[in-house]
Amino acid sequence: MATDVLRVEDLRVWYHTPRGPVKAVDGVSFGLLSNERLGLVGESGSGKSTIALALMRLIRPPGRIEGGRVQLDGVNLLEIADEPMRRLRLAAIALVAQGAMNSLNPVVRVREQIIDGMRDHDEKLTKQAAAARVASLLDQVGLKPEVADRFPHELSGGMKQRVCIAIAIALRPKVILADEPTSALDVVVQRQVMETLKRVQEQLGASVVLVGHDMGLMAQFVHRLGVMYAGRLVEVSPVGEIFVEPLHPYTRLLIGSLPSLEEKGKFQGIPGLPPSVLERPSGCSFHPRCPHAMPRCSVEDPQLQQVRPNRWVACHLYDESESNGKVVVSP
Amino acid sequence: MRTDYLVKRVGLFVLILWLASTVNFILPRLGGQDPIRAQLGAQAAMGGNSQIGAKAMIAEYDARFGLDKPLLQQYFTYLGDTARLEFNFSMSAYPNKVIDIVWRSMPWTITLLGVTTLLAWTIGTVLGAILTQANAPRILRYILPPILTLSAIPFFLLGLLLIYLLGFQLKWFPLAGGYDQGLLPAWDPKIIINMVYHSILPALSIILASIGFWTLGMRGVMISTQGEDYLLFAEAKGLRGRTVFLRYAIRNALLPQLTALALALGNIVAGAVLVEVIFQYPGVGSLLYQSIRASDFSVIQGVVFIIIVSIGLATLILDLIYPLLDPRISYVKR
Amino acid sequence: MATLAQEQALPTYETRASRLGVVATGTFRYLRRNPELIVGLCLLAALMAFVAFGHALVDLDKARPLSTRPLLPPSPVLPFGSDKQGRNLLAVMVVGTPQTLEIGVLAGLIGVSVGTVLALVSAFYRGAADAIIRGVVDVGLTIPGLMVLITLAMNVKGGLTIPQMILVVAALAWLFPARVIRAQVLSSREKAYIDVARLSGMPTPAIIVKEVLPNLMPFIVASLVGSVSAAVLASVGLEVLGLGSFDSLTIGMTLYWVIYYAAIINSWWWWWLPPIVIIIMLFTGLFLIAVGLDEFANPRLRRRT
Repeated sequence: MATDVLRVEDLRVWYHTPRGPVKAVDGVSFGLLSNERLGLVGESGSGKSTIALALMRLIRPPGRIEGGRVQLDGVNLLEIADEPMRRLRLAAIALVAQGAMNSLNPVVRVREQIIDGMRDHDEKLTKQAAAARVASLLDQVGLKPEVADRFPHELSGGMKQRVCIAIAIALRPKVILADEPTSALDVVVQRQVMETLKRVQEQLGASVVLVGHDMGLMAQFVHRLGVMYAGRLVEVSPVGEIFVEPLHPYTRLLIGSLPSLEEKGKFQGIPGLPPSVLERPSGCSFHPRCPHAMPRCSVEDPQLQQVRPNRWVACHLYDESESNGKVVVSP
Repeated sequence: MRTDYLVKRVGLFVLILWLASTVNFILPRLGGQDPIRAQLGAQAAMGGNSQIGAKAMIAEYDARFGLDKPLLQQYFTYLGDTARLEFNFSMSAYPNKVIDIVWRSMPWTITLLGVTTLLAWTIGTVLGAILTQANAPRILRYILPPILTLSAIPFFLLGLLLIYLLGFQLKWFPLAGGYDQGLLPAWDPKIIINMVYHSILPALSIILASIGFWTLGMRGVMISTQGEDYLLFAEAKGLRGRTVFLRYAIRNALLPQLTALALALGNIVAGAVLVEVIFQYPGVGSLLYQSIRASDFSVIQGVVFIIIVSIGLATLILDLIYPLLDPRISYVKR
Repeated sequence: MATLAQEQALPTYETRASRLGVVATGTFRYLRRNPELIVGLCLLAALMAFVAFGHALVDLDKARPLSTRPLLPPSPVLPFGSDKQGRNLLAVMVVGTPQTLEIGVLAGLIGVSVGTVLALVSAFYRGAADAIIRGVVDVGLTIPGLMVLITLAMNVKGGLTIPQMILVVAALAWLFPARVIRAQVLSSREKAYIDVARLSGMPTPAIIVKEVLPNLMPFIVASLVGSVSAAVLASVGLEVLGLGSFDSLTIGMTLYWVIYYAAIINSWWWWWLPPIVIIIMLFTGLFLIAVGLDEFANPRLRRRT
């Protein structure tokens, strides 16, 4: 759509192992509006982290992007050469990675790590100008200017992650990818980091794709939520509506498994195990664990369809029409 | 803090010195009789040249370490002597003092070892780093297997082969010695060139046989460094390839590579000692060989101790350099 | 080599035959990925074959001095010629090669065994034992080994016999394996296995035997190869320096005489060539085996097919 900042179409990322290809991402499509925060949630192995790396074109062998399009501002990121892609990284699309423990170079000071990104994108900066920029960026993420002179090991987990955010916004990118940015942090720091991320995103007018597995976090942060299962999107909806009325059975079970402050009772898990990455169940990947499985589900793979305004589900429960070659627009 | 690290390292050094001298003191006396005294006695009985010195040495020896003195006193005398590097006289080359003989051999060994180790480590490290890059020149990939196989061979064996091939058959290099016979080492440029010429084969043996080790090591370290999260993040920042390679990969990989150097020093010295023997190169290695042949205990003890001290010192220096390169170490315990 | 935990997770329908089959194909594929292992094993096998044939072909008594006229070049009667002291060099090689190997293997085995035991004690029982063992290892590894060996050897009259050589080398050989295995046991991966076992109530000795050792095996095997190599090098070094027993026929001693009598310059090529070739084959073989086992010991380094 015209107002999409980022448009992903039929993205496929496979890992080639001696025992066959692992289809980590198998036909994912979505759009990202400007100023929007989109969440991608799913269990481990659902492919969500792979998507983040694929959008940055950082997939390494034995992984390979097998197909699809990633349109950023009219440019297909999967088709351009290495050097133009390098220039787009950080400047147009930036990554805040998981593992704040280890994202920063241990032997280089924070200041240098903020500046080198700018320098390698041809920003000519005098020493004073650079120092001023660094101080301003640190201020935006709520860190004191002295942090610039520190080494990463002298900072706490939350501080390191905020430095990573500062680096990510240094060149005012249009899209920020946050891959489980708070998974190693405690709850209080988690909130600080997420608040920081929200604030800088709104100030910049950028868009965020937040990848994670914490539904509670998603509820508080994103506008729209995409649920991933076995490498595909099974539901995409505005976050409020998803929680009030989850459509896909998997989403329902996910939300149902969240502990609630109001009700006390038994925990509801999701029976069964995530599907083997090498051998997907036939038809709908979720049918072996689905409480509403129908005969059709083990045969036919449901497509992501818009069943209500702005609500997309891939499930035969809502599939009124037969798939007969209609063009399927994506969320 | 920094001082904590410093204290520990220097303490280790002193401990090693003390251990080395104590072991040197105790071991000979374990058998009940004192082999040094026995050797001196044997030399005295042999007559001729060795007899003259032997008598004087026996007298001096008995005065210091005579059996009438209590063991503890002998021990402290010994420790004191060792601390002053006073190893008395060479048994086979009286009246030369051990320390003088050793001192004369040291520069040869230090130069040979120093230059070759530095060269081998540097070239190997650079080679290993380049080999991890996809755009490494093809020739390098073909050089790697032979260099690696060479590194399996002990230095001195390679030396023997080089003597035969390059010295004996092709006659490109001299076969032995540190300098031509008839010349005396001096600061004359012509003599210096001659000395360098003589050192090429020994140096080559050491360099060729150790490069493979450093190359393989650096390549391994680089590969594991490249698997680290901060490398991925560096690429995600859109940094230039060169920046990532130099400042993120190599800068971090150098640390374990340097540690490997410190750990390998003992083996390198051992290898160099044997190389000197092969080439009759006038360093501490040849000295050791000759004194073993002559059963000259004083010199052997002196050489062994000096080598231990030198390696301990070199390790200490490397240990002290390390915190300058790795900011995580300065702040050891808060 | 499945640990208890792993075994319980195996589906029950696997038969013993199919498991053997899996192991066999796995080994075959491993060898295909790591050809160095095959080459290394072949080199060692060739040496063993040489020794075996030699025993059949040659009268080993001739390895003693004054068995033949000295310094004869190779001939049908003396395939390797003779040395300055009149030994039949083929006989010397056939006797000396296994002796050198024996020193290396025994000293290496003792070193790795003692080192493993001490490493396990140090890692599991912590406290004073750990402090002492770690201290000894740290100091011991900082002191150059050859110097210690020389000091020890100097105090033995008449040069080190083979059993003495083995003991002396083994006395130092345990240090490095101890450090490396202790580090491996304390690594986070192993810790996870150990913690789970502890929490399920397994007594410590059982944990060591059933959980830790099987996981450590690849690592220990790799250490063994390195240990044997280092032990051979140490013994050869001592012998070349003249600290071996003068009656001994090991490769190191042969090299000692080669140097003593300047065999290279005197063009007695048949004297210095065989020991050098044998030693090169030995070290290269061990080295290639170590490289080939690298993936076994370090699955993380698995090459991409």
